[in-house]
Amino acid sequence: MTQARNFPIGGPILEVENISLSFGGVKAITDTSFKVLMHEIRAIIGPNGAGKSSLLNCINGIYKPQQGRISFKGEVLDRISPNIVARKGISRTFQNLALFKRMSVIDNILVGRRLHMGANFLQIAFQTPAATREERENRERCEEIVEFLEIESIRDTPVGKLPYGLQKKVELGRALATEADMLLLDEPMAGMNVEEKREMCRFILKVNDELGTTMVLIEHDMGVVMDISDNVVVLDYGKIIADGPPEAVRTNQDVIDAYLGVAHD
Amino acid sequence: MHDKPLFMTYSRGDVANFVVLMALAFAVVPLMIETDYWYSSILIPWLCLALAAIGQQFVMGYAGQLALGAAGFMAAGAFACYNIELRIPWMPFPLSLLFSGLIAAAFGVLFGLPSLRVRGIYLMVATLASQFFIIWMIDKFGWFKNYDSSGIITAQDIVIAGRSFTSPMEMYLVVAVVVTVLTILAVNMTRGSVGRNWMAVRDMDIAAESMGISLLRAKLQAFALSAFYCGVAGALFAFTYLKSLEPVAFDIKLSFQILFMVILGGLGTINGAFIGAGFILLFPVVLNTVGNAWFHGMIDATIISAIEQVVFGALIIVFLIYEPLGIAKLWENLKSRLFSRRPVAEAAAAKQEPAG
Repeated sequence: MTQARNFPIGGPILEVENISLSFGGVKAITDTSFKVLMHEIRAIIGPNGAGKSSLLNCINGIYKPQQGRISFKGEVLDRISPNIVARKGISRTFQNLALFKRMSVIDNILVGRRLHMGANFLQIAFQTPAATREERENRERCEEIVEFLEIESIRDTPVGKLPYGLQKKVELGRALATEADMLLLDEPMAGMNVEEKREMCRFILKVNDELGTTMVLIEHDMGVVMDISDNVVVLDYGKIIADGPPEAVRTNQDVIDAYLGVAHD
Repeated sequence: MHDKPLFMTYSRGDVANFVVLMALAFAVVPLMIETDYWYSSILIPWLCLALAAIGQQFVMGYAGQLALGAAGFMAAGAFACYNIELRIPWMPFPLSLLFSGLIAAAFGVLFGLPSLRVRGIYLMVATLASQFFIIWMIDKFGWFKNYDSSGIITAQDIVIAGRSFTSPMEMYLVVAVVVTVLTILAVNMTRGSVGRNWMAVRDMDIAAESMGISLLRAKLQAFALSAFYCGVAGALFAFTYLKSLEPVAFDIKLSFQILFMVILGGLGTINGAFIGAGFILLFPVVLNTVGNAWFHGMIDATIISAIEQVVFGALIIVFLIYEPLGIAKLWENLKSRLFSRRPVAEAAAAKQEPAG
């Protein structure tokens, strides 16, 4: 990552300020603040149950933190829902796959183009020239994504019939189709073998490099995290215990303790 | 692989199917079939109910909202059409149909509101309200029936551009034209982003929302369009099949029948609506004929009709166990086995799978 990038890392695009989230009495996130910089690849790591997915769900608008605020591109995300957040330019993938199982691969990816398609139901029903053009252009975009991810041979297969690794790819494809400014990837490589992981990393780096998409990803594989991320946030028990470049985080004593466990005295 | 579009977004296969179906509906059938029985007892109710089943498909097969109450919207459409024809005599019949559909659609939005809060079987119970409320409203307020005390009102004649359509064949042609137009629109919508948004909501609502789909809009749109189709179907059903208007004709049994049509025909397919409607409508007739032919005189007629019900019910259960995706799926499997195009694509997909 030393050579010059097409999209050099810029100022903050996402600012999370003092957010706290609890479910009943269980505190998932406590007073957490961090910034994600424009065009960077930011990893969020931490042991199971550290609150990583909850954090993404807060940014995405699925959960509403009881305290604190989140701003994206200088605009406070207030009273939000996932579809409003999507409109602001944030897309995501899910930890346990949230694909449209009975729809084909290409249709799944086409749903990602939702915000690029403005024709209303009457225009679509009557196949007005504007609606047909829009459909054709967006299909072409999706075909490019299918080609990019090298999944041409399964483009018409219902997603539910695909093996896990391919489903993960399709989900990435759907997120890419949104052309969002920032992607939240919740364990994009979970359950993959080394080869699949390497391929996935290549896609993530390529998208970041060619489109300048800011990526926030949760990942457990330290090798992957150290390889591809510009900065790493480490969460433990809902709190940030380290935030910085991979090398600094790797040698941080708190991080080592959190992962290896340490006798608290 | 996928067919390249030949005309707009239609593939060669689509165009071929369309031409064959149109030739059947508007040339072969009117030329070959002369008996009124076929028109007034089979073709007309089949097309009307298939149209209502398309409406049920939108909301249930595509948007995944378990709604029960299609007959309520049909009643709304039927009585709306009657009142428009009655009170605005100059209104052309096609426009009356359109407004009947729109009035039903308004009810659809209203009774679709619970879908924003509840789902599954609870939504089914909530949507039953449409069934009971609309029928109750028509019965309660005499205005809807033009203060007719007999309970059965004769439907007005269908007059389009000064020509009245009264014979069964003429009525069939009116129904066939309306159903053709609305089916094409339905195919366009379900293949386009409207249908994709609905299916996304059906398959994984939280992901759909994260892609920028407003659940509120998608669900209410499905309910509105569903009710529109049911409303038009109800108006046609009353004006061409029943030839009268009575709320009893649109009872809960009809709602259930439409639900079964969609489930048996195949959820999430437009041709499933037609297949399912044909099956539910014709199967009892077939069973009846077969039963009478085989057991005539041997067993009491009442027992035969009871056995029919049992066989019908049992077949539905067997069917749902072995092919939950409906007859449309069976048909598709059969086609792909005959022409063996799909297996190639699936073999390619299988090759992509990692071995371990």
